[in-house]
Amino acid sequence: MPESRDPRPATQDPAAEPPPKLAAFLENLAFFPDRSDRIQFLISVADKYEEVPEEVATRPFPKERQAPHCESEAYVWALPQPDGTLRLHFAVENPQGVSAMAMAAILEDTLSGCTPEEILRVPSDLPYEIFGRELSMGKTMGLLGMVAMVRSAARRLLA
Amino acid sequence: MPELSIDRRGYSDPEALVSTEWVAQHLDDPSIRLVESNEDPLVYPSGHVPGAVEIDWTRDLNDQVVRDYVGGEAFAGLCGRLGIGPETTVVFYGDKNNWWAAYAFWVFQLFGHTRARLMDGGRLKWQKEGRSLTREVPSPEPVAYPQADRDDRRIRAFRREVLEHVRGEGPLIDVRSPEEYSGERLHMPDYPNEGALRGGHIPGAASVPWAKAVDPELGTFKSADALRAIYEGEAGLTPDDDVVVYCRIGERSSHTWFVLTHLLGYGKVRNYDGSWTEWGNLVGVPVEK
Repeated sequence: MPESRDPRPATQDPAAEPPPKLAAFLENLAFFPDRSDRIQFLISVADKYEEVPEEVATRPFPKERQAPHCESEAYVWALPQPDGTLRLHFAVENPQGVSAMAMAAILEDTLSGCTPEEILRVPSDLPYEIFGRELSMGKTMGLLGMVAMVRSAARRLLA
Repeated sequence: MPELSIDRRGYSDPEALVSTEWVAQHLDDPSIRLVESNEDPLVYPSGHVPGAVEIDWTRDLNDQVVRDYVGGEAFAGLCGRLGIGPETTVVFYGDKNNWWAAYAFWVFQLFGHTRARLMDGGRLKWQKEGRSLTREVPSPEPVAYPQADRDDRRIRAFRREVLEHVRGEGPLIDVRSPEEYSGERLHMPDYPNEGALRGGHIPGAASVPWAKAVDPELGTFKSADALRAIYEGEAGLTPDDDVVVYCRIGERSSHTWFVLTHLLGYGKVRNYDGSWTEWGNLVGVPVEK
């Protein structure tokens, strides 16, 4: 289930900044205030999306890995590493799910190698920060679901 | 099942639909303007049918202040900018089984632009067939488009009319998911401010989710016989009915409006674009579960 719309839910330190690599990405994104420039930038990010490697998962992907409400059928793997960090992988089954691919590429690139504590500093409404508020409700729900899956995995490790 | 060609599916207005192959053969036809309309704003710039322009439902078709469609002046400006003249045949296609393409098609009908078609199977079919996509955004030569008033009377329903329709026991089709229809869940279970305060459906509405009209394998529209079995056999409509269709914001119901109007030839179908985001929040209207 998606989390509260409140960008500062109880499990998130109000004073916390997003993990450094994600913060740097958001800073870069701020250089594209123009909508079409931002879209072009996000498409270039989506082009970097890589599907979960075969050694981690093969089709059919398990339902428990599927992000809730995501119409693009996004699957999420958050694998604990020996050093206590997490390695993220994604699969987006809808070839038209460009926003979901961009979201997957961003999360994989900026959060892999983070500790669960760092991942819990990711704002749950991150998709709004990245894509703006022009996305349709259905699309936004799916992207929020992807973030929620990653945060849930981190929370489980800390439990 | 092999794909049945459009002209063999028994539609009342087969010209309202074109195949991907037809589009491929008309890419350089100056009388045609391809328009891609999607839910996801990243899809068109990431690659589209060569020569296609984009219409964005929020930016281009909706008024930016009032919850309503643009007026005649803005519509004429949009068409002129996209190189669409009054004689241009506009072929719409898009993601999500043509939801937004059907929505744009329907809005064009509010302005009387009847030279309009949908590409059967939408963008996904084009993509699955391995047809070419490009990121090159065309720059059409602007043309003059005469300003026309928007006519909301014929194919659009407002809440007051829907309420009268309910009181008169007129047929309604709810095209949302069965869970939304039953009130089991609102579209946004955790975000009531973006959904509706009440769950359920407009009293008397029959539930026919939009996807029933589409072949799940091919993504194309089902034959007229198969559609009649759904809308007449199961939902009890007849071609002479005055029908109101609705969903959550009017895009999925545009798809069903297209089916009933152009594929089955119903003469009076209105899309209630206020849909559940209006009805489910209105004070004093009945809701059925």
